[in-house]
Amino acid sequence: MSRAVRFAPLVLLVLLLAGLVWRLATPEDTTIHSKLEGRPVPAFALPAALPTKPGLGSADLTGQPRLVNIFASWCVPCITEVRVLQQLKNRGVVVDGIAVRDRREDVANFLAQNGDPYERIGSDSQSRVQIALGSSGVPESFIVDGNGVIRDQHIGPIEATDVPMILSKLEQAR
Amino acid sequence: MIAETGLAALWLATALAALQFVLMVVALRTEVAVGRAMRSIAVVQGALTLLSFAMLLLVFARSDMSVALVFENSHSAKPFIYKVAGAWGNHEGSMLLWVTVLSVAGACLGLLSRRTSERTVVAALGSQAALALGFYAFLLIASNPFARLDPAPAEGRGLNPLLQDPGLAFHPPTLYLGYVGLSVAFSLAVGALLTGQVDSRLARAMRPWVLGAWIFLTLGSTGGSYWAYYELGWGGWWFWDPVENASLMPWLAATALLHSISVLAARGALKAWTMMLAVIAFSMSMVGTFLVRSGVLTSVHAFAIDPERGTFLLALLAIYVGAAFTLFALRGATLKEGAPFELISRETGLVINNLLLSVVLGIVFLGTLYPLFVEAVSGEKLSVGAPYFNSVAGPLALVLTGLVGIGPLLAWRREQRPVLKRLTVPALLGATALVMTIILAPGIGILPRLGLTLAAYLAAASILPLIGRNPLRAPLATWGMVVAHFGLAIALAGMAANAAFTSERLAVVKPGETLSVGPWLVQLQGVTPAAGKNWTAIEGELRATRGEGPVTLKPQTRYFSDPPTETNEAAIDTFWNGQLYTVIGKPDPWGGWQVRLWWKPFVTLIWVGGALVALGGALAFLGHVWLRRRRERQWRRELYA
Repeated sequence: MSRAVRFAPLVLLVLLLAGLVWRLATPEDTTIHSKLEGRPVPAFALPAALPTKPGLGSADLTGQPRLVNIFASWCVPCITEVRVLQQLKNRGVVVDGIAVRDRREDVANFLAQNGDPYERIGSDSQSRVQIALGSSGVPESFIVDGNGVIRDQHIGPIEATDVPMILSKLEQAR
Repeated sequence: MIAETGLAALWLATALAALQFVLMVVALRTEVAVGRAMRSIAVVQGALTLLSFAMLLLVFARSDMSVALVFENSHSAKPFIYKVAGAWGNHEGSMLLWVTVLSVAGACLGLLSRRTSERTVVAALGSQAALALGFYAFLLIASNPFARLDPAPAEGRGLNPLLQDPGLAFHPPTLYLGYVGLSVAFSLAVGALLTGQVDSRLARAMRPWVLGAWIFLTLGSTGGSYWAYYELGWGGWWFWDPVENASLMPWLAATALLHSISVLAARGALKAWTMMLAVIAFSMSMVGTFLVRSGVLTSVHAFAIDPERGTFLLALLAIYVGAAFTLFALRGATLKEGAPFELISRETGLVINNLLLSVVLGIVFLGTLYPLFVEAVSGEKLSVGAPYFNSVAGPLALVLTGLVGIGPLLAWRREQRPVLKRLTVPALLGATALVMTIILAPGIGILPRLGLTLAAYLAAASILPLIGRNPLRAPLATWGMVVAHFGLAIALAGMAANAAFTSERLAVVKPGETLSVGPWLVQLQGVTPAAGKNWTAIEGELRATRGEGPVTLKPQTRYFSDPPTETNEAAIDTFWNGQLYTVIGKPDPWGGWQVRLWWKPFVTLIWVGGALVALGGALAFLGHVWLRRRRERQWRRELYA
């Protein structure tokens, strides 16, 4: 057995240990950052989910920073979230909605029961826009600045404790 | 007083381990005969850690909340069995169990190894003491299980409800017997490298240890797989979670070692390779322990994320594996290879087996640690999951299964008979299975199809070593091999059938509504509350029919109060041809319930096969031990004749 072969395990071990030491020294950052942060919203135009409100398209996302909320009437966490969105709206935030895989009467029912903070609601019946936005579930929310650039992705329901964070992110997006 | 006794026993054991190690150094430098002293010390050391572990069990059984560990992981309202099993359902307790197995294994080595050269045993006992010393230090400095709280709290915080299952009582101890049992093979290899006595005698002494550890590893992984399958409610039996891989890697290394040891024992060949494998097998156990205990990889099992403990364990890993690899690099050159063999021979077969197992081990190792290295080098985050492992390790594992049918038919040194001819019947069976899957199930994936084919072939091929001779006169070890290889075929059939034919339904249903899954019609009868000693639950009642009489399943969502947690208790009904697996989830606001159903044809074969593999190991173990006894008696008779 040659010298090189005999020392190979030792060299591999040193490499492994170096990797593990590095990991212990720099603990993993488990926050998920969206790949789309800093990029413009992909182009889309969704039909209105309700007859009483306009639909939502990427062209509408201009002017001032907006919160785009992906929700569904069949989603249980969305019920608690929609109340928090109402608080945000009361503090001057423009909230737009994308209803995923939903029926018109179900959305109307959901909003009648739980309150309606949305300025516009697009109906994404096949989850196409949801997938284009890189969202994997409901609810999720995106902060979009006045130029239509995604500034932040929030996975899961926005809770009452998240309100100050969302407000400050919207302020930064100005 | 009980906790203090446990701690004192641990300190005494530490002192004895230090003494044992010093004696080894003295013995290797001089010619002083310390063998008997070292054996006695090893036995007392083992007894002391056993005492310490018994004290931990006692404080848990008595719910002594003045002990910090009991307060954090127990609750007076918990059923008694989980109070006791809770002793190892946490970091400190499980490390104490780990160390207990390590030193009891050392004690057994001292008691039982009479036939290896005395110098090698002395060196091995020294190595075992060095291992124990590091882990004692880890317990005493960074993970004291006996620390007290003053004043004592009135009530404990409770045990993670996922662990409140009979699985906790057997899974960690079984797996630890396997993990840590490999330490003896490690120490014997280190001892033999130190004394330069790597020969077939060493291999025969090492074999029962490897076999024993391997049996427990097989049982531990198989049982753990079933536990995760029914407890987590995900319906899967293997998730390629880093911690599952941590138990698979020592198993792969031990399986390779088991096969290469037989070459060393029978033919005196593959010396350096076998020593390397013996070192790697236990190193993989330590890597696994490190991965689980340091929390460097995100996993369902990582319940103690603590950089200080991680650093300590990493230092131990570096010292022990580094020392063993250095020893190998320095002494490897002195190992002379044994008897030569021809290209077509059992030796070649076992070398190929070892190569394939090592490559699979490398693939799993790489996949488990790859995300870490990519992030270290490029800063990019990624995760490696089932698609990588299945598509890279899967085909190799199938090639290996194909060869398992051939290897045992080959003769040592040189095979001249036409072996392939004996495989006609198995090959025909495999071909029949292939044609049948193509006709009856044209849509299934390539890996499951090949899996079913090879399972049919191997089930027949594995029993060939018993054909053409009187099976009752075949050695027990041969029976062991046949049963283990047959078990592999059974497990493979289960995995392939599960991958190919599982049907799954996820739907929201109202009471009275019916869903179909596979051949079953399942009706939700109703949902009612239920309660146990420390939980409340909602329980669904499902009525399932398929032609014959209906069966009732009652899956639950349980809410545990201490600590407040929610778990899914799947309801599973087993039939000869598969399992019906049901889970009840959340209600929706309109009176519907999430229900998840699986029909998993022949899934139970996975664990039946795993159990058969372990049974084969047990038969081989008995065979080797019994053979050794008989040889020893014969040898004595000749000596005194």
